Amino acid sequence: MNPKKINSEIIQNGSEIVTGTSQAVGINRRQFFKWLGGGLAVAFVWQDTSILAAAEKEILAFKKLPTEQIGAWLHIAEDNTVTVYTGKVEVGQNIRTSLAQIVAEELLVPISAIKMVMGDTDLVPYDAGTFGSRSTPAMGSQLRKTAIAAREALLEMASQTLKKNKSALKLANGKITAPGSTALSYGQIVKGKQLLQTISDNAPAIAVSQWKIAGTSVPKVNGRDFITGRHKYVSDIKIPGMLYGKILRSPTFGATLAAIDVTAAKAMKGVTVVHEGDFVGVAAPDLSMADKAVAAIKAQWKTTNQPSRAEIFAYLKNKASSGQSGGRNGGTTKGDMKAGLAAADKTLQETYLVDYIAHAPMEPRAALAHWENGKLTVWTGTQRPFGVQSDLAEEFKIPEEKVRVIMPDTGSAYGGKHSGEAAVEAARLAKAAQKTVKLTWTRPEEFTWAYFRPAGVIEVNAGVKKDGTLTAWEFHNYNSGGSGIRTPYEVANQQIQYHPSDSPLKQGSYRGLASTANIFALESQMNDLAQLVNQDPLEFRLKNLQEPRLRAVFQQAAEAFNWGKTKPAKDHGFGIAGGTEKGGFTATCAEVAVDRNTGEVKVIRTTTAFECGAIINPEHLDQQILGAIVQGLGGALFEAIDFENGKILNPTFAQYRVPRFKDTPIVQIIQVNRPDLPSAGAGEAPIVAIAPAIRNAIADATGIKLKKLPLVPNGLLVHLKKS
Amino acid sequence: MELQVNGVKRNSKATPDSSLLSVLRDEFDLTGTKYGCGEGQCGACTVLLDGKAVRSCRTPLSATQGKKITTIEGLEVKGKLHPVQEAYLKVDVFQCGYCASGMVMSTVALLNNYPNPTEEQIKDFMNGNICRCGTYPRIVKAINEAAAKV
Repeated sequence: MNPKKINSEIIQNGSEIVTGTSQAVGINRRQFFKWLGGGLAVAFVWQDTSILAAAEKEILAFKKLPTEQIGAWLHIAEDNTVTVYTGKVEVGQNIRTSLAQIVAEELLVPISAIKMVMGDTDLVPYDAGTFGSRSTPAMGSQLRKTAIAAREALLEMASQTLKKNKSALKLANGKITAPGSTALSYGQIVKGKQLLQTISDNAPAIAVSQWKIAGTSVPKVNGRDFITGRHKYVSDIKIPGMLYGKILRSPTFGATLAAIDVTAAKAMKGVTVVHEGDFVGVAAPDLSMADKAVAAIKAQWKTTNQPSRAEIFAYLKNKASSGQSGGRNGGTTKGDMKAGLAAADKTLQETYLVDYIAHAPMEPRAALAHWENGKLTVWTGTQRPFGVQSDLAEEFKIPEEKVRVIMPDTGSAYGGKHSGEAAVEAARLAKAAQKTVKLTWTRPEEFTWAYFRPAGVIEVNAGVKKDGTLTAWEFHNYNSGGSGIRTPYEVANQQIQYHPSDSPLKQGSYRGLASTANIFALESQMNDLAQLVNQDPLEFRLKNLQEPRLRAVFQQAAEAFNWGKTKPAKDHGFGIAGGTEKGGFTATCAEVAVDRNTGEVKVIRTTTAFECGAIINPEHLDQQILGAIVQGLGGALFEAIDFENGKILNPTFAQYRVPRFKDTPIVQIIQVNRPDLPSAGAGEAPIVAIAPAIRNAIADATGIKLKKLPLVPNGLLVHLKKS
Repeated sequence: MELQVNGVKRNSKATPDSSLLSVLRDEFDLTGTKYGCGEGQCGACTVLLDGKAVRSCRTPLSATQGKKITTIEGLEVKGKLHPVQEAYLKVDVFQCGYCASGMVMSTVALLNNYPNPTEEQIKDFMNGNICRCGTYPRIVKAINEAAAKV
């Protein structure tokens, strides 16, 4: 429980020693404690002995530490407020709540005492971004250690103030008590002090078995703001005198301006028109005027031929490189594929296809840009505030400290908001108009000009013995990515490769990344291999699987679903699939019903067992698993971006179908808690098994082995007729 | 034009063909009502017109003449939440919360129609409201919770 103190100085009030131009945390030109108003500050510093040794020579460690070294920090003020500063952002994963829980737990304060400052580049330490399910395992563990160090420092100070041995002191509810003394609140303890302390990765953490706040279902900390409409998303923020922006979009991707006439738009009262190269936009006193101004611009575009959806899979395969190996997302080669196939009693070679899909976050991209004295402040919903800060600095050729990006809790992202398109656009308009500009993308803009989950072609060739032992596994992913590409099953001979290609559509991250595609192919193949050797799909998997955590979720999902104990009704089918991604282990069983007359496929129920180490907040974990299942349902059944020659053909909710109330099956969730293991993120991994589980259930009901996502965008009739 | 919003008479400078959503948000600063699609497909902009759910993005101002408009901001009375809001809070429904206002308003309208809705009635009525975070089953739970109290 003794954090390794790297640099600790208690400085009495008024001391000039703590003059925190803390560039490291972006607090420019302000005295550290002048800004904070005294108290105790503890910063988490990534362990790097050379840097820490240098820091020890400095009284003010922050000043000398490069930004990347500080992970997070917290401050305890004289009014008892505990403020946590983190570069992570809230996009609906309820990390604001779970990180606060972790700090409250270690500091022994009520959750209401914690104030979370998130994703504001002027106030929080650098953070690469909120993605990859890293907030809980990485930031959670840093904050836990930071809070422990703060607690130890408080005990030390209280021990001096009360003249009692530390062992005689008791911490509870934000107070420290000692026998025969009056209780001291944390605020009273830090009053008149300016303690600045850094800790390293060496600090030990508290045992999970002792948790009282962490591990419980603390409700969303600012939940009331959302059900009252009070929370201000970026699109809700107003600054007096601000203008509304609107961008002139080209009719297709890859188009350039041939001719333009902005005279009519420029003549409108209060309208600023920006025309720089192919960037054309307006800023107007209200949105309808901005719309009218853009409509009044006469533009001729020079378009170029672009690939279409009809040819996309051949295109991606043709443009693919020979392969990328090594690294977490790379491939792997083991044994000898030829020998493995030769040793097999049966082989199965298949090609799986995956369409592009959209994240379609309910809040489209939005940004509000404000220039003042050469400094740019942008409010925008992004998973990478510091990345957008860097983009803006580059765009306007200004230093990064002249750019502040603020990210209010945002209307979801699902991996789709790594970028800052709207931020750059709003800032360009604001700069030209010399006024604050708010730009909110329309739904069709969000569907067209954001980025997509990649389309892909996956080729699998596998060999199996009669007894169900896998002997060979060859797996090639073209374009969609390397996440989840390796098989969790034991196969002596493997060749696995990801082949990057040239995507005609802008593509990027998505919940679970490419593992949604790779595990779809992998688990579909496993299902059909089991059938080839007349084995139950669960038994077949367990025979080839050693990883105990994956085995456990398979077994628990199967048990709760009653797998193997009941038979599906006529025209119903059961399917099972599982996988591991980003430290989480998931298995899903699904029951579908097929209407042979209409071809309609209905998912009746799903059972998902999920394990991600020690659970921080059971209700919010339930939300993440549920969200992954429901979102995964869309990509499994019907979501697909349709495009032709550089144009998105279905950029509206009327045309691009997403899961709704009536699509949602009975969702059963089994949380497998492992207090003995570190907590992993849960936002992504539970999505990976739903598509193959449904696909395998359809195969069980009808014998139709679908090989393409989405599975049934137009129902099953066309397949039923063929079979 | 004169509008009755949350029990208060307000004047809008907008033309009668303007969308109710833009007037609420941009003119009256009632930003609890959200833009989600502009085509009446997602329900994020749902408000009540004489107690009935409408998509404010597809409702011209002219259609609100003489009718009582209720937005999410009008549900809470003197700091006391509407039972539907209470139920949503209790179930801890939301993740990103962007669909929340529309879901709550649709639920109020649903319970106006069916004080004790069946699961099927709930799904039918709410099917026009999208939640991309996938909270649907939790919303159904909150609706049942609210129905027991309203």
